[in-house]
Amino acid sequence: MLVILCPHCGPRNSDEFSFQGEIVARPGPASDQETWRDYLYMRDNVAGWQTERWFHVSGCRRFLNVERHTVTNEIGVVTPVGGVQ
Amino acid sequence: MSRLSERPGEVIDRTRPMDFSWNGKPYRGYAGDSIASALAASGVRVFSRSFKYHRPRGILTASFHDPNLMVQVGDEPNVRAGHRLVEEKMEVSAQNAWPSLGFDAKGVNRLLGRFLTPGFYYKTFMSPRSLWPWYQRVLARFAAGGVVGVDPQPGRYDHRYAHPDVLVAGGGPAGMAAAIDAAEAGAAVILVEEEHRLGGHLRWGDSDDLGALEELSAAVLSHPGIEVMVDSVVTGRYDHNWVAIAQRGVEGVDERLVKARVKCLVVATGTIERPYVFEGNDLPGVMLSTAVRRLINLHAVRPGERAVVLSANGPGDSAIADLEEAGVEVAEVIDARGDDTVIKASGRMGVQGVIDSRGRRHDADLLVTAVGWTTTTTLLNMAGDRPMYEPRAARYLSKSLPYDVLATGGIVGDGSTDQLVQHGTAIGREAARRASVVKFQWLTAVPTGVTRQPPDTSEIEVPPLEAERHPELFRSSTHGFVDYSEDVTSKDLFAAAAEGYDSMELAKRYTTVNMGPIQGKLEAVNAVAIHGEATGSSPLETSTTTWRPPYAPVSLGVLAGRQYEPVRYSVIQPWHERREAKPLVAGSWIRPEHYGDPVAEVTAVREAVGIIDVSPLGKIDLRGRDVPKLLEFVYVNKWSKLDVGKVRYGIMCNEDGVIFDDGVTGRLGADQYMMSSTSGGAAGVWNWLDDWLQTGFPDWDVKMTAVTDGYASINVAGPNSRELVGRLTEIDLRPEAFGYMEVRTGVVAGVPGCFLWRIGFTGELSYEIHVPSAYGLWVWERLLEKGEDLGVRAFGIEAQRIMRLEKGHFIVGQDTDGLTQGHGMGVDWAIKLDKPDFAGKPELMWQAERDDYRRLAAIQTEDPAIVPPEASQIVAGDVIKGRITSSRMSPTLGRSICLGQVDPDLAAPGSRLHIRLSDGVTVAARVLEHHAHFDPEGTRLRG
Repeated sequence: MLVILCPHCGPRNSDEFSFQGEIVARPGPASDQETWRDYLYMRDNVAGWQTERWFHVSGCRRFLNVERHTVTNEIGVVTPVGGVQ
Repeated sequence: MSRLSERPGEVIDRTRPMDFSWNGKPYRGYAGDSIASALAASGVRVFSRSFKYHRPRGILTASFHDPNLMVQVGDEPNVRAGHRLVEEKMEVSAQNAWPSLGFDAKGVNRLLGRFLTPGFYYKTFMSPRSLWPWYQRVLARFAAGGVVGVDPQPGRYDHRYAHPDVLVAGGGPAGMAAAIDAAEAGAAVILVEEEHRLGGHLRWGDSDDLGALEELSAAVLSHPGIEVMVDSVVTGRYDHNWVAIAQRGVEGVDERLVKARVKCLVVATGTIERPYVFEGNDLPGVMLSTAVRRLINLHAVRPGERAVVLSANGPGDSAIADLEEAGVEVAEVIDARGDDTVIKASGRMGVQGVIDSRGRRHDADLLVTAVGWTTTTTLLNMAGDRPMYEPRAARYLSKSLPYDVLATGGIVGDGSTDQLVQHGTAIGREAARRASVVKFQWLTAVPTGVTRQPPDTSEIEVPPLEAERHPELFRSSTHGFVDYSEDVTSKDLFAAAAEGYDSMELAKRYTTVNMGPIQGKLEAVNAVAIHGEATGSSPLETSTTTWRPPYAPVSLGVLAGRQYEPVRYSVIQPWHERREAKPLVAGSWIRPEHYGDPVAEVTAVREAVGIIDVSPLGKIDLRGRDVPKLLEFVYVNKWSKLDVGKVRYGIMCNEDGVIFDDGVTGRLGADQYMMSSTSGGAAGVWNWLDDWLQTGFPDWDVKMTAVTDGYASINVAGPNSRELVGRLTEIDLRPEAFGYMEVRTGVVAGVPGCFLWRIGFTGELSYEIHVPSAYGLWVWERLLEKGEDLGVRAFGIEAQRIMRLEKGHFIVGQDTDGLTQGHGMGVDWAIKLDKPDFAGKPELMWQAERDDYRRLAAIQTEDPAIVPPEASQIVAGDVIKGRITSSRMSPTLGRSICLGQVDPDLAAPGSRLHIRLSDGVTVAARVLEHHAHFDPEGTRLRG
């Protein structure tokens, strides 16, 4: 159980959050199949630092960009998508 | 063995005798006795039979971690008799012995011993394969372990969250000192001790030790900043110092799982004494020095009559003095710091003689070994440390720890009580300081406007605590048991090495060494050392052991905790209960399935009027200029031209084109919309909208509020519904004023702030009334009261499901599954691929191009009496061509009706289908022209 320092709610257990995974940019609706399926299914799965998305579903209900080291689970900077509200 | 006169540090209460039974015979111990000490005091020497060879086994460590002291207590198997305190009327029996401990029939395995080599079972019971079930039955009878009670007596278990600044694992001198000084520095401290009392090794020490123990434990127990948990064990340390504690001895519960978020963890778990490997080392009467010191000093039990002591360290030497004081004749002391050692212990049911390395034989019934210590590094390991073996001290030592974990005591090094306390004191202060640093980070994560004092950044100086020099003693020149739980010998490890298992990890799995209930705590170091000896390498120096949670076995009950399962009820629930509605679990909701007669409920709706509580329906209030843009994006159909007062049906798909929800959305005002979703999908839809609004389209002007619980929802359906609703509201209900798929707001039964929409899931004229929830029950009861002469009747989910099936309306998740994309469900007309963009559009486009998807079809069996169960396969020969997704006997039509997903070549109206039932019989059926079995033109609905 990780602690995530939510910029709105403070240090909270990760089970209050829904993990959304790597941040992937949505390609346009006219994309070819390969591009679209990459968006749907393909992830980098890095061993190291990555910025990923968490949703504080049982808290402030804001989507957050969270820096996390995927090997050590160390958490870096946490920023709400679109800034603190 | 027998009970000694009073010992200064004894933990038994001689004024409170405890009568219990062992293998059906009466025994007496004292309060404070462990099961093992009480039995030992009465002369019991053999406690169990070993796992594979059924050898007699006695006390080895006299602690929780004694592999030979697993017993059955009542219907509880695998109780640790070295730890569990004896209780009045306790029924204790031996495990793994038949017919008795003294004569064990399975002891025949001992004679077969030379055949029971590693991999014996794999090699022997491999073929013929046809005999596997028989092998399994026979071998299961030979397996160790107790008997699980079949009487499902529910234990009482509990969970608790804790938020200490500092948690100290281990209540020895260093741990107690750390707890005291952390608390003195202002930290909120939890101190966890595995045994029943604080003190660690001080408890069985000399008078100076006992004096120090008294002083330290008094300070701990009286400090308001320290919560003490004894007879409790830290089972694991997880990410970010999430620490699990199995707490026992809590009043009212058998066990409690404490989930602690710890700002700084202090590991003071000390050391475990290591057994020595030689021939006969598992005979009853071969004990570790700590075991005899526990027996003598804590329980006042004389562990034998005539002893040989093999000692390589100071605590071992102290055991000699204890033995002499207890009246045990010390026949010989073999100093393992020199070249002398023990070669063999001999005897049948216990030690009778000891042969030393000079070839001398000593008559003795007790052989005490003190050959080294294993550091309990489990928690350090779980904190990411990789302890390394230090040959000079013959033990593993910590290499590096994260900022929020510290170690003190025997796990770090050796010292006098004063030195241990000084080290613990400094670590306690440093732990409190680091906790304050973590706390500061946490408290300043959110800008609150409160100015906080930054924590002290200068580290506390910790005095050194060195691990003393200690000879490396693992195995004598003979072979003996390495793993007592699994009956693995040093010979087995050599055999495994000879067979090519030159990696310790493989040898472990092959021989099962370290894999018993003691989890390697006693034997892991010996196993690695002997494997190194066998392979000619020195793996200790390069190896590290990986310890995974749990540190000690935990009961499943404590993990489960209390059986809490929160459920949701509608505000109309009191009425449902009065009418004894049959409860239906629908996701987190409990809803009325029916009120006794679902068929009569259907008839009432079709012929008169019925009301159903649909409060769990998801409701989301949407306001703002850009709501139409949001609707256009999340629904597959078009929303830009929805007039005020209109509602529209919509389907939502994921980005992979799979349908995940449906519902209607109405426009209540110029910039105000109300979206409804399925009951089960309400949370998912809300999250989905939030996701797009926050991460996709942050500039859109949409204000969203989930109001599912804010409104009670009642669907009034049936030919008399207009008349009934009209009796409660001034809203103009005439068809020309309030048409199908329209919404109105107003007062119902005197309650303002309601909205009503005309939709028809059941296929009847119907009004869905959404009432501010405080008045839901009121409006429900008024509808029943005012509609009495109209034949009004409450109906439940089952009647609704029958009627929607008659009408051919699908249910997301029932008639669709996790692969069902938008096209094919009979609503293709609603998928507007000419919209510039919407969620899932590309996949729906490609789906339409492929045109290979299954179609939803209304299906009727040729025999109207047969209702194929849901999920029955539709087949052509042996090829699956689809499946029945919904089926019921229709009370309205008096025949069986179905919905199903069918391959495109069989989906045309009139197609003949074959449905395979679960008993293998195939029945014929045909596809209807419309999804609706009843009123396909919708005249009732639109009336």
